[in-house]
Amino acid sequence: MEISRHWRLKRQRYALVGEVCPHCQKKIFPPRDICPECSEDARTLYQFSGRGEVYSYTTVYQAPAGYEEYAPYTVALVKLEEGPMLTAQLTDLGDEPVEVGMPVEMVTRKLRSDGEKGMLVYSYKFRPRLKEAVR
Amino acid sequence: MTMAKDAETPKDVYVIGVGMTPVGEHWEKSLRELALDAITALRMDGVWVRPQALYVANMLAPYLSGQTQLAALLADFAGLRGIEAITIEAAGASGGAAARQAYLAITSGMIDVALIIGVEKVSERTSAELEAALSTSSDADHEAVHGITPTAQAALLMRRYLLEFNVPDDAFAGFSLNAHANAVTNPQAIYRRAIQVENYLNAPMVSEPVNLFDAAPLADGAAALLMARSDALPENVPYPTVRIAASSIVSNAVALHDRSDPLLLDSVVESSAQALQQAGLNPGDIDLFELHDCYSIFAALSLEAAGFAARGEGWKLALDGIIAKDGEIPICTFGGSKARGDTGGATGVYQLAEITLQLQDRAGENQVQGAKIGMAQCLAASGATAATHIFSRVDGP
Repeated sequence: MEISRHWRLKRQRYALVGEVCPHCQKKIFPPRDICPECSEDARTLYQFSGRGEVYSYTTVYQAPAGYEEYAPYTVALVKLEEGPMLTAQLTDLGDEPVEVGMPVEMVTRKLRSDGEKGMLVYSYKFRPRLKEAVR
Repeated sequence: MTMAKDAETPKDVYVIGVGMTPVGEHWEKSLRELALDAITALRMDGVWVRPQALYVANMLAPYLSGQTQLAALLADFAGLRGIEAITIEAAGASGGAAARQAYLAITSGMIDVALIIGVEKVSERTSAELEAALSTSSDADHEAVHGITPTAQAALLMRRYLLEFNVPDDAFAGFSLNAHANAVTNPQAIYRRAIQVENYLNAPMVSEPVNLFDAAPLADGAAALLMARSDALPENVPYPTVRIAASSIVSNAVALHDRSDPLLLDSVVESSAQALQQAGLNPGDIDLFELHDCYSIFAALSLEAAGFAARGEGWKLALDGIIAKDGEIPICTFGGSKARGDTGGATGVYQLAEITLQLQDRAGENQVQGAKIGMAQCLAASGATAATHIFSRVDGP
């Protein structure tokens, strides 16, 4: 179940809230409290825009336990426009072929459900950036 | 660091025996029986000295066999009840990590003789259970939760590599061909058959662009290594002496996305450099290199990061037989993880047993002629941990 585990991460998972280092200004996602760049304390919250581009992608066919019903699904490394990279699923792909460098934007979607009485795990996923949202 | 350079100081550590089980689907063997088979093979191989410590390399027993305290269990099962025994877990680098612990214990003077066992039992679980267990080596909160697997991570790196370095789609075929060719004559290998480039080109995709022949098969197996300090060395070791010339472990960000350049294996750069410095060697001095080849992309990235190839050019070593056993830098001389078989946390111990056989001129048809210095390197998942060892043959008394 791990309810508190997912609850603790809700701000980053649902809203892409990370941190910015007050010492070297590095933007940090996922939040980690110690700046990976300068090793100083970094707890200032930072709201990421949710815009980025695909650094690389692939398809998972042989899914881990808990994810079998969603396979095949597309996973990617997404480079956020503020700098950090993250791992996420791509969604709402339709017929559009995925490409390295493709602009994407964050949406909140269900990751998995742990059975009828279990919890639903939601998270950020990324979709091709909508035309009107392209800046 | 400088201490290890003194050739024959009392703190030198030697290998006095190795043992391996065949890698495969051992339906008839349990985790502990596999481990015991490796110890039995070791005892029959050379000389046996009762170890004061046992370091067990294992990644998956807590998930797949419901077993923690594996080292205590194995010590008892092997007739060593009462000795110091701990399990060392560093995912795919567990084998090298256990060897490192044995090396530290022996060089500290606290332990004279240490036994390392790498063991993994995977064959009684479904592929979904295995994928879930393997995925624990990534960042659980920020990688595994998104349904990503080690295979998918290798695919992310391979796609980016193909694009960034403008490499042909079949660039990695040579790694798979070399591994399979070498496994033909390895009695411990799971796949003892050669493959042709057509087999590679027509292989089904596992996670594009990783195909079936880019990915190593996960299977059961156990390997053991007995190490002793020079002043505790038995006199009747029947084989040329193999000295541990270097031992290094380096960590990196666990999450692939937390690395500034995912295609540069920083841990391999640093660990290889440390090991070469300890041994006072250059990459050109290495006669064979047992590297991490769970996915063929890692063979290329490891060759680059360890200093054997320029960035973006590691794949070129798989052309023209440079990595073959009679080439300039032989790799996977017994088939590597690709064809000997991937035994998870035990892989690093197989590698060390294999370079020992090579340096003792006991590799049979897999022999690298005149091999005096061997390097073995195992990685956790995509390089969050790199464990590097250099063994050297010591001739004469």
